[in-house]
Amino acid sequence: MTRLRFIAFALALLSFLAGAAPVQLTDDRGVTLRLPAPPQRIVSMLPSLTESICALGACDRLVGVDRYSNWPASVRALPQAGGGIDPNVEAVVALRPDVVLVARSSRVIERLEALGLKVVVLEPQTHADVRRVLQQIGQLLGSNEADAVWRSIESAMSAAAQSLPPAARGTRVYFEISDVPYAAGEASFIGETLARLGARNIVPEAMGPFPKLNPEYVVRADPQLIMGSARSLQGLRKRPGWAAIGAVKTGRICQFTPDESDMLVRPGPRMADAARLMAQCLSR
Amino acid sequence: MTQAGSQRQRRRALLLGAALALLAAALLMIGAGVGSSGFDSVLAARDDVVAWQIVWNIRVPRTLGAWLAGALLGLAGALAQGLFRNPLADPYLLGSASGAGLGVAIALVMFGASPSATHWVLRLGLTGAAFIGAVGAVLLTLTLARGVQQTLRLLLAGVIVGVVLGAITDLLTIASADVLQAMQGFMLGSTALLGWDACGVMAACVALCLVAGWALAPVLDSLALGEATARSLGLPLGAMRAALVALLALATGAAVAQTGLIAFVGLASPHLVRSVVKTTHARLVVCSALMGGALLMAADLVARWLIAPQELPVGVVTAVLGGGYLLWLMHRRSRSDIR
Repeated sequence: MTRLRFIAFALALLSFLAGAAPVQLTDDRGVTLRLPAPPQRIVSMLPSLTESICALGACDRLVGVDRYSNWPASVRALPQAGGGIDPNVEAVVALRPDVVLVARSSRVIERLEALGLKVVVLEPQTHADVRRVLQQIGQLLGSNEADAVWRSIESAMSAAAQSLPPAARGTRVYFEISDVPYAAGEASFIGETLARLGARNIVPEAMGPFPKLNPEYVVRADPQLIMGSARSLQGLRKRPGWAAIGAVKTGRICQFTPDESDMLVRPGPRMADAARLMAQCLSR
Repeated sequence: MTQAGSQRQRRRALLLGAALALLAAALLMIGAGVGSSGFDSVLAARDDVVAWQIVWNIRVPRTLGAWLAGALLGLAGALAQGLFRNPLADPYLLGSASGAGLGVAIALVMFGASPSATHWVLRLGLTGAAFIGAVGAVLLTLTLARGVQQTLRLLLAGVIVGVVLGAITDLLTIASADVLQAMQGFMLGSTALLGWDACGVMAACVALCLVAGWALAPVLDSLALGEATARSLGLPLGAMRAALVALLALATGAAVAQTGLIAFVGLASPHLVRSVVKTTHARLVVCSALMGGALLMAADLVARWLIAPQELPVGVVTAVLGGGYLLWLMHRRSRSDIR
């Protein structure tokens, strides 16, 4: 009896060491996925998921990504299987993935499942989601680094907050996503980071994560600091009435490069770097 | 038209139909070989499971599906142009496109809503939602126009429904911005996600619409002579018109639900057929379906092949090809008019 138990234990240990333990995971649709072993060939169709996989040290298991995944640099060499709007089913299938990671809005989900592929739907939208998705992907990969990765994000974010001069606290900030204008409100993960940094968002939580604003609203809220991508903020001064905004008068406008913008708008492991970038902007 | 002339036209229509069917068959063969992994998938298909899956479960149904969706649009275009006696009428005229768009938007918003709602939305799927939206919009148009009796009223009601439903869709996408991307995907139109089940549904619709369209086409011939003449021929105009509208809604709804919005195929196909052969509506409807099928199939191939291994959205290709051809046709016609 004891010998049997020992053998069972030894087998369990072996399979654990070999990383061959069966994987069970419930995704954002509530669908439970079972795999005999952690997947070795992964296709990720969302940049933030690609980054999470790499942060957990499994970049080498990625065999394909979507068109917009560009970090870390190594994923740029991988085959691309279309984008979120226009996924390329054939390219995904040709990569023979053990599992495909997609966003919830992706239309390709049904089609890929009909073709017999395992699909995991994950879509991080808040800080809590980023942590949860890291854990889910960790579970999928058979890695237990998720908590460590999250802790390092947390501590880097705290460090960014502490690096700020006291005068920066309470700065009224307008974070522009695009020049429609769509803004990042308090309810978004960008808003959560800004709150951690002690800034005051001009778009309250009640307006939703990424509301479409009336330009007049921004003028009246009179932000002291404006953040956004360089492309979106072009011609900011020429928008009617915007010259009267405090941030425009004092020139406290942070225009981010495309690479920096990617980092800022992706709810993934680079949120800490994004927080550092925003902190730099706030202390300027 | 003389007896001999009509005989000749009939033969021409038959020839055109046969040529288009042959073209479709040839394109289907090519379609099996074009894609992100190239022609070697076909060679490897015999002993490689994934290659076989790519050819048989992705490329073939997708190519066939493009033909079927194009056929539905071409047929719907011929019906719409005959019914409204307007060469600019297209299948989306009765509001079905914006209805389908609204259906998709509501379904997408519901995905994120309460779990109980998510359950039936998931079961219905985006395709079902789009179809219900398209048919619902046509019904709304019919209600507003108080039936099918007055063509102009119907046309106007269709435009109004289209604009209003489009506006509601915009409102929904603005209220929940996370829907925006998926919505954009639908608006672009794509044949990339067609599988065998989609082909089955569309094939049934094509068969039904072809038979019914052939049977009802004489009404369109008599309508072309004017409403009064048509009535004097003793045809049950009201009922037959209603049946034609139902057919139009079914064909457009089925195509839009599976592929999203694909521009120009429905508008251009009847014109292309008419530029080759002047014939009765029955033959026009059938030839137009064949033309639409070949057109969308070719566009799908171009979309896959042009920037392979990546691909273009097929709606973009049809807009450029169809628009270009219509422009050329217009130019040629205006020149011969001057002479």
